Amino acid sequence: MSDRYDILIVDDEPVVIDSVVKVGRAEGYRIDTAHSAMAALEKLSRNRYRMIICDVMMPEMDGFQFMQRLDKSGLETPVIMTTGFSTMQNAVQALLVGAAGFLPKPFTMDELVSRMKRGLKYTELLTGVRAGTVDPDKVFRRCPRRFRRLGNASWALMEDSGVVVLGVVDLFLKTIDDLQGIDLMAMDDTLNQGGVCARLETGDHLVHNLLAPLSGKIIARNEAVLDDIGLVAEDPYGNGWLYQIIPSSLEEELKMLKPGRAG
Amino acid sequence: MLNKIGVKLSLAVGITTVLIIGVYSYYTIVAQSRVLVAEVESHAHQLSETINSSMRQYMLANQREQLHETINAIGGHHGICGVRIFNKEGFIMYSAKAEDIGTMVDKEAESCYACHTVDQPLERLPQEDRTRIFRRDEDSPRGLGVINAIYNEPACWQSACHAHSEDQQVLGVLDVTICLTDIDKQIHQSTIKSIVFSILVIIGLCLVVGLLLNRMVTRPVRALVGATHQVALGNFSHTIEDHGEDELGQLADSFNNMTEKLSEMRMQLFQFDKMASLGRLAAGIAHELNNPLTGVLTYGSFLLKRAEGNPELQEDLEVIVRETMRSRDIVKGLLDFSRQSVPRKSEVNVNDVLDRTLLVVKNQLKINRIRIVDQRDGDIPEILVDPNQIQQVFLNLVVNAIEAIGSDGGSITISSSIVSLSPHGIVQIRNVSCVNGHDLIDATHKIEGMPSIRVKAKYGGNEGFVHIDPIYGGQRHHFGIALLRDAPVDVHCPECDISLVHPEKKCPECGAPVYVLQTPDKGPIEGCARHGGTWQRWEMIEHEGERTYIEVRISDTGSGITNEDLNDIFEPFYSTKGQKGTGLGLSVIWGIIDTHGGTILVDSEVGKGTTFTVRLPVDKRAGHGPATIGDAT
Repeated sequence: MSDRYDILIVDDEPVVIDSVVKVGRAEGYRIDTAHSAMAALEKLSRNRYRMIICDVMMPEMDGFQFMQRLDKSGLETPVIMTTGFSTMQNAVQALLVGAAGFLPKPFTMDELVSRMKRGLKYTELLTGVRAGTVDPDKVFRRCPRRFRRLGNASWALMEDSGVVVLGVVDLFLKTIDDLQGIDLMAMDDTLNQGGVCARLETGDHLVHNLLAPLSGKIIARNEAVLDDIGLVAEDPYGNGWLYQIIPSSLEEELKMLKPGRAG
Repeated sequence: MLNKIGVKLSLAVGITTVLIIGVYSYYTIVAQSRVLVAEVESHAHQLSETINSSMRQYMLANQREQLHETINAIGGHHGICGVRIFNKEGFIMYSAKAEDIGTMVDKEAESCYACHTVDQPLERLPQEDRTRIFRRDEDSPRGLGVINAIYNEPACWQSACHAHSEDQQVLGVLDVTICLTDIDKQIHQSTIKSIVFSILVIIGLCLVVGLLLNRMVTRPVRALVGATHQVALGNFSHTIEDHGEDELGQLADSFNNMTEKLSEMRMQLFQFDKMASLGRLAAGIAHELNNPLTGVLTYGSFLLKRAEGNPELQEDLEVIVRETMRSRDIVKGLLDFSRQSVPRKSEVNVNDVLDRTLLVVKNQLKINRIRIVDQRDGDIPEILVDPNQIQQVFLNLVVNAIEAIGSDGGSITISSSIVSLSPHGIVQIRNVSCVNGHDLIDATHKIEGMPSIRVKAKYGGNEGFVHIDPIYGGQRHHFGIALLRDAPVDVHCPECDISLVHPEKKCPECGAPVYVLQTPDKGPIEGCARHGGTWQRWEMIEHEGERTYIEVRISDTGSGITNEDLNDIFEPFYSTKGQKGTGLGLSVIWGIIDTHGGTILVDSEVGKGTTFTVRLPVDKRAGHGPATIGDAT
């Protein structure tokens, strides 16, 4: 008998599981729990889940190994990685291996809810595409090939001058409803790959953190999107750009990015 | 005991001394005896002749009584053992010893040998054969006998007594014997003196050598051995005190130096290890703390949501959430610390970095009464560097300057400017080979901290290595072969011996042959093969044109660096600061500047001060790693 759940939370820390369960249930989600990656795999073989929130550092099998096992068994359930070892490297690494999102611990209720909503929205889109009810080319714009992207969150475009332009991947925008505004970092600020580079506010009063695809110093930001957030949604790979930066360790960091065509 | 170096050397010296002094004393004594005997001999001859002539009258007058008296008188003298006259047949006519008179001379006896060893007795004897040294019997002292033949002469056979006939040749023999007792005593005494003296000298010499060895060898060696034991036990702070200037002193010096470096290396390893474990600890703590914080933060923010409409409760819960968020930031700081070493480059103004550097040493400058002369250009562009690393460079240079000035006060001049320089004299040649692809870079032989270019030079039948300055156009070559100034040198690859000299090309400045070095992707480098020739050309690099750098100069009015030290200061563990320095500073600086594609130069005069010039490339093409200079082959 297979049960259907919205979310499976995998963590070896009971208090984290409790928190997620508490918040998730308050939001009306059906939540199942697993105290280890092995237990989670076992549950995944029996039940159906719309998304998984998985800790990185766990005994026996860690989150990355868990992702590999999922990949092998052909399960396409989106995974949001979370860890107390919340370095930017871990975030980048998680997105590189195909996590749908990264949630650094400790998180607030809003941060958790925003990630859950986006994850479930992502699943919805994915299921729609698979079922043929959603035409990916119509629903969202794919990231152009010459762009480089950090997971399905942000993109970077190297210009000949050495300047790099950054923006939001359309798939990220499609996982949030009712974009109301954006909070950008200041000129001359330094971005770190995997660190938060912008906060997108939605109508449900949630704030969605966008992670920077590259490190560098901001030399220009798109003031236009601050006035008209619609620009981001309309032309995410053009007029909806966010920053121009001078990258600081481009060569190394490019290895962590994927070429365009998300979705 | 015999294994000790001091005992061995003392023994060797002792034995040698015994041999030398023994042989020397022996020959001295022998020579001395000879001289004494010779003296006695001549004295004896004289005496014999004197007696002979003084008694001539008595004999001619046949005054036998007077003869007896005279002989007795002479025989009674100290040192004369006997005086006698015997006739041709050996019949003793006169003698100082009355009992001998009338007896016959024993012709076999010692005193007769000279003439009677042959069947027919000799009638004339040369003077040296007329003496002999003999001992009458075992117990008697040595005596020196002189025989003096009394020859027949007209006065003898014409005398009234007619005692002798005309046909006789030898009438008799005067035999004088001188006692050698005194001389023997003298010789004996001087032998004993020599022996005693030799023994004293040997003992003295052995003692002095032993003492000196103990002082100069045994003790320092013992100290060295003790020190090695100490180091083996892990006591790296042990130093050998009070060592001299000799080879052992140098050994002790270099030993002290070695332990110091070892201890520094251990400290660095320890420090590294400490930082690594601290990093692991921080990461572990961060991870462990983040889980419970997750509970607090989610429950807190969850409660805050639920407390809508209850402002009082909301306010309190906000405190919880806010403070948990603060904890989150602290933990994040811990995590950042644990991975501090990752270099981060960003656009910075070098002047800002210099400001921060000066802030750090503000107090030190004040204490040492050092004035900062600020000659910085306020308009320099920002460059892409790791600000922390560059600050480390400046800090190190300023601290060095402060230490060079000492406590007597002085000034440090800091200037920054933008300079455009031709690649000549700036670009480092990092990768060259012969046409067969053999690497010519010699990392073991550095010129001002940079691996040199090693080639084999053949000149006048000799072969040797020449280390070419790796700076394009640089002239600080090191020669391992004597070359005549202005002579063209045949340059070869040390590996395959192929000639590096171009068969046709000639130096445009002096017409001498030209050597060609190959680079993998920047074309050939040509240079004048004449010893003393300065011409060098690197077409591809020249083509790239001038390069722009931010140049920072830090000059002090300190003690300066000697020429010998200048060549080594960028070597790891080279330190002139003794106990104080780690010896890593300048090599780390060199490494940092090098990875930034920059250069660092030092110029110093003892007693006047030192100037370090750091040049960092201004290169807007970010993301291409270190600026082009670093990539120049």
